[in-house]
Amino acid sequence: MKALAASARRRTGFHINTVGTIGAAIVLFWIVIAICAPLLVPYPVGKIVDFDFFGPMSQKFWLGTDYLGRDILSRILMGARYTVGIAFAAVSLACFVGVALGMIAAVVGGFFDTALSRFLDALNAIPSLMFGLVVVAGVGSSIPVLIMTLALIYAPGSYRFARSLAANTNTMDFVTVARARGEGTVYIIREEILPNIIGPVLADFGLRFVFIVLLLSGLSFLGLGVQPPNADWGGLVRENLAGLPYGAPAVIFPSIAIASLTISVNMLIDNLPTRIRDRSA
Amino acid sequence: MGNIVEIRDLAVAAKTDSGRVVDIIKGVDIEVAEGEVVALIGESGSGKTTIALTLLGYTRPGCRITRGKVLVAGRDMVAMSEAERQHVRGQQVAYVPQSAAAAFDPSQTIMEQVVEVSRIHQLMPPEDARRKAVDLFRALSLPNPETIGARYPHQVSGGQLQRLAAAMALIGDPEVMVFDEPTTALDVTTQIEVLRAFKSVIADRNMAGIYVSHDLAVVAQIADRIVVLKGGEVQEVAETEKIVHTPQHAYTKELIAAFHPVERAPADPRAMAQRNAILEVKNLSAGYGPTGSDSQPSFLALKDVTFRLAAGESLGIIGESGSGKSTLARVISGLLPQSSGSVTFEGRELAKSVSGRSREELRKMQIVFQLADTALNPNRPVRAILGRPLTFYHGVRGRQREAEVDRLLDMVRLPAALKHRLPSELSGGQKQRVNLARALAAKPELILCDEITSALDTVVAAAILKLLDELQRELGLSYMFISHDLSTVEAICDEVVVMYQGEKVEEMPTNRMKSGAEHPYSRLLISSVPQLDTNWLDRLEQDNELMQAVAGR
Repeated sequence: MKALAASARRRTGFHINTVGTIGAAIVLFWIVIAICAPLLVPYPVGKIVDFDFFGPMSQKFWLGTDYLGRDILSRILMGARYTVGIAFAAVSLACFVGVALGMIAAVVGGFFDTALSRFLDALNAIPSLMFGLVVVAGVGSSIPVLIMTLALIYAPGSYRFARSLAANTNTMDFVTVARARGEGTVYIIREEILPNIIGPVLADFGLRFVFIVLLLSGLSFLGLGVQPPNADWGGLVRENLAGLPYGAPAVIFPSIAIASLTISVNMLIDNLPTRIRDRSA
Repeated sequence: MGNIVEIRDLAVAAKTDSGRVVDIIKGVDIEVAEGEVVALIGESGSGKTTIALTLLGYTRPGCRITRGKVLVAGRDMVAMSEAERQHVRGQQVAYVPQSAAAAFDPSQTIMEQVVEVSRIHQLMPPEDARRKAVDLFRALSLPNPETIGARYPHQVSGGQLQRLAAAMALIGDPEVMVFDEPTTALDVTTQIEVLRAFKSVIADRNMAGIYVSHDLAVVAQIADRIVVLKGGEVQEVAETEKIVHTPQHAYTKELIAAFHPVERAPADPRAMAQRNAILEVKNLSAGYGPTGSDSQPSFLALKDVTFRLAAGESLGIIGESGSGKSTLARVISGLLPQSSGSVTFEGRELAKSVSGRSREELRKMQIVFQLADTALNPNRPVRAILGRPLTFYHGVRGRQREAEVDRLLDMVRLPAALKHRLPSELSGGQKQRVNLARALAAKPELILCDEITSALDTVVAAAILKLLDELQRELGLSYMFISHDLSTVEAICDEVVVMYQGEKVEEMPTNRMKSGAEHPYSRLLISSVPQLDTNWLDRLEQDNELMQAVAGR
């Protein structure tokens, strides 16, 4: 049995532990849901299908109904598109920009580093909800604007984080050796710095993802996020908050959905597959 | 005379990161008689510090004493409860750590920390403790014994701090002192004062001690008996004289042999003058900090240095910490632009920084750093580390590159199978070989070696030096060899430049180093290198005034 597992592992060349597998499975599940949602929803998202509001779980409405009597299951399934899609796009953009700029600043140093750091610190000082409010009021709300706004809000933090990690790695002798060899900035960043900071950077990615889901729900609550009748998960929680005293499934299930997604993203990122390196080969 | 310390059949096990339990000490017996100093000597990983710490009933996190007894004054430290151990520590057994700088709390005055032991154990009133501390400072020949206690740790030098750590250990009048490599981090000139102070204090108080070190010459000055350890087992125990002169065990012989490097046949000075200079450094100055009005940086680490290195020769740069020798290597390799002066390589003046030099110029001069741990990217396998300069300088790719990597590994006497490993999976000596192979991959003319053997064990370092020597003969390389260790320089260099506070004080052929040094600082430095002779420290006479001047900087 063990030998079998070992040979299977050698074939794939990667090894992932149980926690990582569970995380990956849940993330994958939500991604599939997000893609296939229109085929799966039992009722149209905006349609009031029940006379009762905050209805209980039933044969007809698996996860109950919301404050207007709309089907929660349908709303969660469709909400996955917004939450997973917008949050992933925004966090990827924020981390890519932040990490890339952070590494460049750490390696290049000097005036470029100082100017960029101060500028992004200034950006960081603007309250995020306020910033979102101004942008959406000015440009109007659409999904690309939402993604850009969220990315812009979270990029400075990612920059700071990556810059401090890269600055530490930058002083190591192997980077000095690469410099003395005459290597360019791009090579040093890509081959010498990035592989050594990728672990913490990915952990930061996971945390930032959670923050973005929360901020997105905040924006939706203010009517700046996803526009009704659609709603992201955060929006679903907010709009059904009044049902909490009754223990309505309408508020519990979107919360569970958010928790399962954010926790599994972090589980996956903390336990990424590691390549099996055959030392004897 | 009874035994104050008796270690019987001691075994210590450690848990590795992967959860495997390994025995790191495998049944060791050691005894120390009253008033005797026993040295534990061995390479890193031999378990010498682990054994020393068991005297305090302590094991490092993840380690556990699995069997055996550690009797201190007849009481077993292993069987004792933690509360009892705490009572014994500092009163009966005291510990002097390797790095006193890390052991002192920077936010308290030295006096507060030195008398802390007496306060914890309520040995004496604070005033008495202070008076006693001052006496100890005097006994350890510290300057200004009355007032030094009022200073903070960063206000005294490294050698003084090490002696203050000893004072801290001595305040509780322990019966046994444990010294854990107390002089390893010090410069040789400082080491002498510290050793002298320790020796006289131990003799005055007729204390027993365990002295942990990897340096046989240092141990020979202070210990009565030597225990040679390897892989957690005792290899040989004998009187110091016997170990030094008639070693029995094969490993001890190897240790002693590594201490006597084969002296290099000096190059004919006339032949050297005729040969073309591969590297010429003229009036080089460099430093750190903002540039002032005189176009010099605010802190000059290198002042007006001039020397010449003939092709195929080796030049040693020696000096203590802060002498500017590493800065010199950084300036020559273009990592730190000089503020004035010139570097000429093969007859052509080099640009100040890496970006201004051609790839060919960069290829011909390679730099190898001291710590192979930080000089190798921990995330890249050996094959990628060695392959990169091949691709970068020679455009070699694919199968040819693999073959070249194999050849390089063979050149530094490593098996080709190692190329799939990450640096963390290599031993210290193997890492340093890979580090060297990376420089060789460029097919350089000159290699700047920055303390490349300093972090290695004696036996391993000797092997690396031998390799360097062989490579020089095979490939006709030139070396600039930076070191604070004179015996390594002796083994490999034709000429030696002595640096002091950023200036070159003297240049001489290596074979004249012992007899013909002219500058007083070079003489002091050279005479401070411990000799493998038990009476060396007692016989050593040095210019005290100069010593004070050097120590007080």
